[in-house]
Amino acid sequence: MIEVRFHGRGGQGAVTAANILASSAFKEGKYVQAFPFFGVERRGAPVTAFTRIDDKPIRIKTQIYEPDIVVVLDPSLLETVDVTAGLKDGGTVIVNTEKSKDEVLKELKKKPAKLALVDATTIALEVLGLPITNTAILGAVAKATGIVGLDYVKEAIKETFSGALGEKNAKAAEEAYNKTVVYEL
Amino acid sequence: MVEYKPIRKVVSGNYAAAYAVKHARVQVVAAYPITPQTSIIEKIAEFIANGETDIQYVPVESEHSAMAATIGASATGARAFTATAAQGLALMHEMLHWASGARLPIVMVDVNRAMAPPWSVWDDQTDSLAQRDTGWMQFYAENNQEVYDGVLMAFKVAETVNVPVMVVESAFILSHTYDVVEMIPQELVDEFLPPRKPLYTLTDFDNPISVGALATPADYYEFRYKLAKAHEDAKKVIKEVGKEFGERFGRDYSDMIEKGHVDDADFVFMGLGSLMGTVKEAVDLLRSEGYKVGYAKVRWFRPFPREELLEIAEKVKGIAVLDRNFSFGQEGILFNEAKGALYGTGARPIMKNYIVGLGGRDFTVRDVRAIAENMKEIIESGKLDREVEWFHLKR
Repeated sequence: MIEVRFHGRGGQGAVTAANILASSAFKEGKYVQAFPFFGVERRGAPVTAFTRIDDKPIRIKTQIYEPDIVVVLDPSLLETVDVTAGLKDGGTVIVNTEKSKDEVLKELKKKPAKLALVDATTIALEVLGLPITNTAILGAVAKATGIVGLDYVKEAIKETFSGALGEKNAKAAEEAYNKTVVYEL
Repeated sequence: MVEYKPIRKVVSGNYAAAYAVKHARVQVVAAYPITPQTSIIEKIAEFIANGETDIQYVPVESEHSAMAATIGASATGARAFTATAAQGLALMHEMLHWASGARLPIVMVDVNRAMAPPWSVWDDQTDSLAQRDTGWMQFYAENNQEVYDGVLMAFKVAETVNVPVMVVESAFILSHTYDVVEMIPQELVDEFLPPRKPLYTLTDFDNPISVGALATPADYYEFRYKLAKAHEDAKKVIKEVGKEFGERFGRDYSDMIEKGHVDDADFVFMGLGSLMGTVKEAVDLLRSEGYKVGYAKVRWFRPFPREELLEIAEKVKGIAVLDRNFSFGQEGILFNEAKGALYGTGARPIMKNYIVGLGGRDFTVRDVRAIAENMKEIIESGKLDREVEWFHLKR
């Protein structure tokens, strides 16, 4: 079972990202589970969401405490939230940031085995005209982890957002896929 | 018969409920929104707006009115549904008696939510269990699939015995969690659940009836007996419907208590609803480490499956009853019921009550392990340290 934890801020679409990731993996024939941290959501406040992916039905009904993959949608969260809390040894961290690898590593409490960086905010502003990074970041997830194929991610995005909005968001994911830099540490 | 090819979708527990309502060809929905139930009725409203169903939707000003309108609809012979949670269910309380007393086969989804104050929107079973004595049957879903299957079976059971059914799911843990659900093609749902055939309706003007009329002491008693007997008779119907569901769609519900590894277990975990999914995961882990443990997931709390509980109690040395609920001044409600059901049977397993997860506190595999270690010690020593343990209490 692969466990993914998303960190974002209320309004950035972390919960939607967790759902789309689950739908993408489902399209590849996996069993999935996606859910928000069962907290009180407010716009701008730190938000957590989770995705589980497995080859068999998922019975466990708890939050994720020891993720394999951590996805950070908002760069400012690195300063306030311990995003690597419980990260498994050998785990991957994916961050939306314009900062360098060394700058990001300085802000992480635990060094991951793999770090992937992408400036998803700029991509989202260019492609969508909005700083909503949840679809772009999924392109980075596909690139950095291989747990889902980009085509499935794009398909799931287009099912979530209909028409031109879906096309644009799928394009944001593809741009992010192409621009994500992955570091094996 | 048409070959069964399920339609697999990734949906939340609430959407699973809404799809089941559509597939059951419900005719009337009357409801009032409340977190975390709202997305059930929003999804139903969306189906109606899209023209995917011809459900009559009655927006009302409170849950009391929601149940009243559902009762009215059901009394005309319609298949009727509503959904609520916590304080909303409490506000319905008076009308719940009217529904069961009038023997109306209404199905309702209650999304288990903690009662306030203090204010909470998270999972807790006390809201539904506090409606224990209203004459409704209660089915507890472990996962989104069981929410969907539960609603479909509930209508069939309810309409067979003329007793309403509450299908219960967990706040957020199911209601807002997306998971894979196998849905059944409409024509096959129609074969399983044909249109309701009411014995009496308010709108059959050639055979006028009155509903909820006065019963003097000469008759009231027999009405109560008939409702009591309907619950006892429902056990057979529940098993038959559960078996038929399994034969048609591959998921068997013929047991009112789902059992795992009971035959060679020293002790079992017993509980209701979504927390049993985590228990199953933990039981597999514990068994791989040599623990002789099993589980008993109580699917139907009303009618209470005394006979199946006794079969389990005769096989094991101990039962750890997990209650995400509490009856103040006494103990966990499932624990209380289970002990009561076994008194006088001769079966005397050691029973301990663990109060867990109230108000949505996470109940984890690690917690199940800690309980297993405690139960193992109790069984080996033969000494019960305490009967009721507030398991998560901050000390």
